[in-house]
Amino acid sequence: MFGLNQKDKSTLIVVAALTLLAPFILNPFPEGSALAQFNAGYPDLMQRFVIFGIFAIGFNILFGLTGYLSFGHAAFLGVGSYSAVWMFKLVGMNVLPAITLSVIVAGLFALLIGFVSLRRSGIYFSILTLAFAQMSFNLAYSVLTPITNGETGLQLTLNDPRVLGQSATADGSIPVTNLLPGLEMRSTYVLDAGPWLFQFNLGYYLCALLLLVAFYVSIRIFRSPFGMMLRAVKSNQQRMNYTGLNTRPYTLAAFVISGMYAGLAGGLMASMDPLAGAERMQWTASGEVVLMTILGGAGTLIGPVLGAGFIKYFENIFSKINDNVLHGWFAILPDGIEDFLVFVVHPFIGKGWHLTLGILFMLVVIYLPGGLVEGGQRIGKYFKRGSDDAQSNDASTKPAE
Amino acid sequence: MGILEVKNVGKRFGGLQALGNVNLSVAENSVHAIIGPNGAGKSTLLNCFVGKLIPDTGSVMFDGQSVLGRKPFEINQMGISRVFQTPEIFGDLSVMENMMIPCFAKRDGAFEMNALSSVSSQRDIHEKAEQMLVDMNMADKRHMNAASLSRGDKRRLEIGMCLSQDPRLLLLDEPTAGMARADTNNTIDLLKQIKEERDITIAIIEHDMHVVFSLAERITVLAQGTPLVEDTPDNIKGHPKVREAYLGETAAA
Ligand SMILES: Nc1ncnc2c1ncn2[C@@H]1O[C@H](COP(=O)(O)OP(=O)(O)OP(=O)(O)O)[C@@H](O)[C@H]1O
Ligand SMILES: [Mg+2]
Repeated sequence: MFGLNQKDKSTLIVVAALTLLAPFILNPFPEGSALAQFNAGYPDLMQRFVIFGIFAIGFNILFGLTGYLSFGHAAFLGVGSYSAVWMFKLVGMNVLPAITLSVIVAGLFALLIGFVSLRRSGIYFSILTLAFAQMSFNLAYSVLTPITNGETGLQLTLNDPRVLGQSATADGSIPVTNLLPGLEMRSTYVLDAGPWLFQFNLGYYLCALLLLVAFYVSIRIFRSPFGMMLRAVKSNQQRMNYTGLNTRPYTLAAFVISGMYAGLAGGLMASMDPLAGAERMQWTASGEVVLMTILGGAGTLIGPVLGAGFIKYFENIFSKINDNVLHGWFAILPDGIEDFLVFVVHPFIGKGWHLTLGILFMLVVIYLPGGLVEGGQRIGKYFKRGSDDAQSNDASTKPAE
Repeated sequence: MGILEVKNVGKRFGGLQALGNVNLSVAENSVHAIIGPNGAGKSTLLNCFVGKLIPDTGSVMFDGQSVLGRKPFEINQMGISRVFQTPEIFGDLSVMENMMIPCFAKRDGAFEMNALSSVSSQRDIHEKAEQMLVDMNMADKRHMNAASLSRGDKRRLEIGMCLSQDPRLLLLDEPTAGMARADTNNTIDLLKQIKEERDITIAIIEHDMHVVFSLAERITVLAQGTPLVEDTPDNIKGHPKVREAYLGETAAA
């Protein structure tokens, strides 16, 4: 099926199940229960999971395969968002043309930046991409205000032409993004199952579907001769050159493809919430996708998806927790200890979430250089070894396939 | 007119004249050895053939075309493959993948956007790589990570990778350095066999005189960046200048 081997097929099926059933999986706790704060099955949050998943999958095609670490990929995400919003302003509220334009514009932009940056490798490449992204950010913030609306960010107004749609709805408000007339991105079906509440949002399912397509394409790239050449670039460029391969077009193609993934993510962000701001291009946003990919496991197929989900989930949980919640948790303890614990935990929650993320990241890089995927593999191996040992003692001395 | 014609090549590194005025002609389908003491400029000369270095003076012609100013990958596509003094392989990839990559480069050229077909569907490449692994006596190691191979095996893999491209000229920089005696003899046999089976020219740099005299049809002795003599192995053995400059040391050792 789909030209995949058995193992990749299972990976794809697992990711499909996770994304399509996310409204259930992410809302395991009944509404109103104390644990409901750990639920994440809300449309905007789920959308963010899969959009950043797409971003990270694309980033991994560049970084995971070729080893070229770009610190400027948020620029392509931002460009994608601006393109989509302009489509909503000028043409109409259908998301498909908007997303298409996002991908194309981001791809062209990546071609330009990649062409220049890939003249260097290693740290110089990273610095060049960072410089380009910061330049784009600053341009969007100031010089390009007519296109980007500067600080305020690009938004829809009642005066936009929308030649294939309407400037304003009958009741005088700004129209909303849709897939087809009447199929609005925001439309959500709520399944009421006793104390549980499951939300099925059209926008989320569009994002989820595109994530699956993006993931499938990434598997195909990983298993293709092209993907093998990219891994060879990472392993030994010198050998590549003396083997008659021109590394430059390979790395440039990988760069453009990953830029297009970022553009898709940006276009989807704007499709879910039609606005675009310069901060989307800032270096912190570029850094975030690097963290996601490394945390999940760079160079693995599923790693970036896991990393994106992991970071976005805990960002949401940790930033929601405040001192009141903490007091609630530690209420059973004596007052002095309670206050002390709240005092200790306080810097790591709410706005301090980045501190927690930083520590998590350091722990992963030091103890699990292969990211969450390596963690999973180690656990798997541990259990396997346990059962092997029961049968024969020399099983563990055999080399792993 | 040889397949490789080197005329008046000079190369200077700062104050060091690494190559003086080198003239060399490698006849097609021959094995030509370049010998000389450490630092004589042998690797430097080889680097000038493959685009790693550009000589300050002179010309290097391969099959009537100049290689100077061409990129390494272009020179490889012309039909020159090179084995390095320290093995250069794809350490993160499996032995099989290492062997497949040069096959792709031979079949598809310097760049091919082959992003949606799967590697496992490339029958011809698999067959070719598999055959080459069998020829190299490495088929049992096909799933191993190339980085975990022994030094001798790495070298052998690299030779196999070069041969899989059916090069017209194979350049070997000390292919048996660091090998055990048995491995060295295997390599000699392998190169002899290759020579019998195909039309190939081999230029080999080697310190091990046993290897040189087993394989070479002609020998150039390089000392301090200039060719001292060029002759047949028998004449080189008896040459007084060579004995003095080079062989004398090894004979005494
Ligand atoms: N890139 C370089 N920059 C500066 N000097 C160099 C460079 N490459 C080689 N040299 C010098 O040029 C001289 C010739 O070096 P080369 O590597 O060609 O010798 P060789 O004959 O291959 O020696 P060996 O038998 O030890 O491999 C040496 O003195 C070396 O130090
Ligand atoms: Mg040398």
